[in-house]
Amino acid sequence: MDKTITTLAKAVAKIEDGSSVMIGGFGGSGAPIEMIHALIDRFVETGSPKNLTVINNNAGNGYIGIAAMIDQGMVKKMICSFPRSSNPRAFNEKYLAGEIELELVPQGTLAERIRAAGAGIPAFYTPTSFGTELANGKPCAEFDGKMYVQERWLKADYALIKAECADTHGNLTYRLAARNFNPLMCMAATDCIVQAKRLVQPGEINPENIITPGIFVDGIVEVPDPQQEEAMIREGVKYA
Amino acid sequence: MIKLSNAQIAWRAAQDLTDGAYVNLGIGFPEMVAKFQPKDCNVIFHTENGVLDFGEAPAEGEEDWDLINAGKKAITLKPGASFFHHADSFAMVRGGHLDVAILGAYQVAQNGDLANWRVGSKGVPAVGGAMDLVHGAKRVAVITEHVAKNGEPKLVESCTFPLTGVGCVTRVYTSLAVIDVEQGHFVLREKLPDISIDELQSMTGAELKYDRAPNDLIVPEL
Repeated sequence: MDKTITTLAKAVAKIEDGSSVMIGGFGGSGAPIEMIHALIDRFVETGSPKNLTVINNNAGNGYIGIAAMIDQGMVKKMICSFPRSSNPRAFNEKYLAGEIELELVPQGTLAERIRAAGAGIPAFYTPTSFGTELANGKPCAEFDGKMYVQERWLKADYALIKAECADTHGNLTYRLAARNFNPLMCMAATDCIVQAKRLVQPGEINPENIITPGIFVDGIVEVPDPQQEEAMIREGVKYA
Repeated sequence: MIKLSNAQIAWRAAQDLTDGAYVNLGIGFPEMVAKFQPKDCNVIFHTENGVLDFGEAPAEGEEDWDLINAGKKAITLKPGASFFHHADSFAMVRGGHLDVAILGAYQVAQNGDLANWRVGSKGVPAVGGAMDLVHGAKRVAVITEHVAKNGEPKLVESCTFPLTGVGCVTRVYTSLAVIDVEQGHFVLREKLPDISIDELQSMTGAELKYDRAPNDLIVPEL
């Protein structure tokens, strides 16, 4: 078994118009910036993929990554908890002009909806958002004297994931706090594509240190010297 | 009028932290509480994006932007720190494992309702982890000015701003007083010595109850 994909272009080649795409990371930490930019390259060349639903904690920052996807007009809808950043211009402009949809989800509910999808749990109850406008229209129920809100699983067609180290079976490790949503999104997407700083042979990662087991991963592309989104933003980098 | 500075409010809130407590500080003003931990009191700070036991910000130029807190600020690790994914992080919150969450507020109602995520329906809404954090911690405390910039009370009978959570706040540290939320009422525990209970009541949008004379709220110059 070898899940290696040889180039970034091939890694993102299957994503079609109208797909839902989970993108790992929290702000710049754990954001698979090279794969996002490869997807933008494909769109600029071919006009596809467009009408994407993007699932991320945030909604892009500055002029790179998800913000650049939004600027290009590739994104129909964002599902996120916090569409703000040090420079949320790209999302704000489109949102206030009515050109992009927003499904706002509390951060812990977003994480659990993704986890539930990966675990085959179609719905669950959480205390989060009970009695608030974000619970409008959702079933509520009492358990042991307290009220809870029913939330549904959140699946996606694709996940774009940033790992520190991968083996060819798709076993993954993550760097520092860059783990965040990445392991959950690996589980919840039909096709999970990973960019890894190091790609090694099976057995080279100590099984005790593996965070995401390869069963959740479909393809891996090695990006030996990945850029860090926050560092790029601080340098004023613009993409496309 | 004499009132506490933000640093002094944060200092007072920090005095109620106990050694070994697991604590989440909301983004912004509540982060200041970390500076004023009592001596010999080492709490373990949790951040939503998957770190326990982080320390102060690194020196400028030493940042590693893969190592950040929920406010996207660079942090450092203390010995004993750990990483975990987002679902585990919020399991710590909702599952009742956190001892204390300290948050900011636009309004707190006498039944403990909290409004702290948006003030109206305009603009781009953003909730982050605010609605999760108010559920599960054993104590949910708020630090805030006693009244808003326009003079309107922030402690009210019922919130007019959109709610973050229902009946969740247990204690409020304001620029004038320390007030508990008990059985649907504000209970005055401490107030600045130079302000009368009547004056404090006039700046509070709901009845202040007290079962005994409130203690003096004494804080150092900071």
